[in-house]
Amino acid sequence: MNLLNNQKFRGIFFQLLTVIGLVAFLWYITTNMFHNIEQRGITTGFDFFGQIAGFGISESPIPYSDQTSTYFDAFKVGIINTLIVSGVGIFFASILGVIIGVARLSKNYIVSKLSLGYIEFFRNIPILLQILFWYNVVLAALPKPRQSIQLASDMFLNNRGLFVPKPIMEAGFTFVIIAFVLAIFVSIFLVKWANKRFEETGKESFLLPWIVLIIVGLPLGVYFLSGSPLHFDYPALKGFNFRGGMSYSPEFLALTFALSIYTATYIAEAIRSGIEAIPKGQKEAAASLGLSSYQSLKLVILPQAIRIAIPPIINQYLNLTKNSSLATAIGYPELVTVFAGTCLNQTGQAIEIILVTMLVYLTISLTISFVLNIINKKMEIKGR
Amino acid sequence: MKKLLKLSLAAVAVCGITASAGTLENTKKQGYLKCGVSTGLPGFAEVGADKKWKGLDVDMCRAVAAAVLGDASKVKIVPLTAKERFTALQSGEVDLLSRNTTWTNSRDTSLGLNFAGVNYYDGQGFLVAKDLGVNSAKELDGASVCITAGTTTELNLAEYFNANNMKYKPITYDTADQVTKGFEAGRCDLITSDASQLYALRTKMANPGKYKVLPEIISKEPLGPVVRQGDDEWFNVIRWSLFAMKTAEEFGVTSKNVDAQATNTKKPEVKRLLGTSGKIGENLHLDAKWAYRIIKQVGNYGESFERNVGMGSPLKISRGLNALWNQGGLQYSPPFR
Repeated sequence: MNLLNNQKFRGIFFQLLTVIGLVAFLWYITTNMFHNIEQRGITTGFDFFGQIAGFGISESPIPYSDQTSTYFDAFKVGIINTLIVSGVGIFFASILGVIIGVARLSKNYIVSKLSLGYIEFFRNIPILLQILFWYNVVLAALPKPRQSIQLASDMFLNNRGLFVPKPIMEAGFTFVIIAFVLAIFVSIFLVKWANKRFEETGKESFLLPWIVLIIVGLPLGVYFLSGSPLHFDYPALKGFNFRGGMSYSPEFLALTFALSIYTATYIAEAIRSGIEAIPKGQKEAAASLGLSSYQSLKLVILPQAIRIAIPPIINQYLNLTKNSSLATAIGYPELVTVFAGTCLNQTGQAIEIILVTMLVYLTISLTISFVLNIINKKMEIKGR
Repeated sequence: MKKLLKLSLAAVAVCGITASAGTLENTKKQGYLKCGVSTGLPGFAEVGADKKWKGLDVDMCRAVAAAVLGDASKVKIVPLTAKERFTALQSGEVDLLSRNTTWTNSRDTSLGLNFAGVNYYDGQGFLVAKDLGVNSAKELDGASVCITAGTTTELNLAEYFNANNMKYKPITYDTADQVTKGFEAGRCDLITSDASQLYALRTKMANPGKYKVLPEIISKEPLGPVVRQGDDEWFNVIRWSLFAMKTAEEFGVTSKNVDAQATNTKKPEVKRLLGTSGKIGENLHLDAKWAYRIIKQVGNYGESFERNVGMGSPLKISRGLNALWNQGGLQYSPPFR
């Protein structure tokens, strides 16, 4: 019996051969790389992570000191800033995208054409240009710190950023948070009860005012009962600029703004294609059941449209995250600027740092896609 | 993302290249010198009105091309950002890095690179708007500072502000151009960089008279040409091309009188420099006229300095530390013997 004529064996044999070939190739280029690096006397390895970084970073959500923090700390700051920009960007892009996507299908001529114009305009300009454009607009349009625009009593806007009061919670504030969480649970329970009642008796309950009262009133009551355990750190003009409070830099504002309005165009298109993919009969059926156009959108069209739209929207979330690396053009200290930029140059270890950077993006993207795929699975129409 | 791609490609290129024949031989065979310079810094590397690169750092490239290839114009200029420069040299994208790069211990010892000398002794300073009313760097507590990413400047800045118990906010850009624009747009209160760069950037600004450089110089920044480690032949060529320019100035050999000097001089050192006696060229694996061509086509160090950054340029930087050793400066060449 000739083994090579056995189809099953042959299949396994050639697959094995491919894998061995691939591994050998990767092994060869890796060893060759390390050989070359060694020969040139370039330092290798990941020891640099433990060394003192010694440079400053403009925005850091975690404590970072330019004299005591290590390269690993700088790395963490980069990742966190990337996550913040991506998270905020995804949030605003989703809201804007859904609004524009629905408006695009509006029967109102002006609304629908305006949305179309928005989509066509922002979708067809490279994102890097948009980031640079908004950054320069922000810098050029806003005044110097001493001529700051006062948005509200303690909110200031100038070309160094947006300055708002920073809430500082005292011990008693925990009760307020507990009250808030409790209020949400009560509201959820109320909605469930109302739905059940509606299905059983057909009676609708008008819950909104009650829910607002519970969610706002309960924590507010606890807040005053516990003696107002919250105060604010207000920004004040001192020396060169405002100090105290919280601030959002022009880089952050320009970047999230550009990313949001750019990605929103794609999300809008995904929503629109989702809605348009629903057969006309569904809408007509909803209408013939006596549902208003708002009810038919909310109860019949959107639930189905969202299912179709989710996979392309996942893609856009991933794109937004990856596009956030363009921040390096305007100096927002996210992963590419801090780690693949400054750290790389200070240590000179390009290969290690680029590899780690790529791994981080891969991990973030795979995580987003994993989570959203679970949501997608849950949202899918269950065959009955 | 483009930057990331570029760096990754460079990283891959490092993997791909195996130890090759000498850079000197390769450059001769290739017929031009691949030289990395700044992306645009008046006086050091900028594109002039005639669309040609010029500057002190560019002159270093041209001098080496004149010595090795016989023609100072046979240079392929590769503009590099501070972030890209070392990878570009390591990976062989350029064979000489002449990009106002500070010679530091860690760069010299851990990057697989060698500094071939110093063509400009610099120090870090601060540029502020006059109407800010600041007269000393000690008054800069709380300021926002524009800097170029991946420079020694970033580290010095942190150390200086800490030593003086001051706070600052770094605004980090990729190129000197972005730094200038951010500063002019009011994103930061000051720029910090090597003092020479501050004077250079100021000439690019819309209204240079509005700004001034503070008196404090907070660091030592010896700038010089860099080559890959492990190619001593090439290292020697670069190092002695620079020394040839300094020696020429010391002995009064200029691009104008070099022909006369070559035939008439009685000074033995000038004879050895210009190749009419001795075998210095041969030892460097070049021909006898290598230094003659540098001086003829590029000029001596003093000429290059005055033309690019000195009194003959918009920068008007005085020689200071960069005067020859016998005129109170630090520029010094070992003897041509």
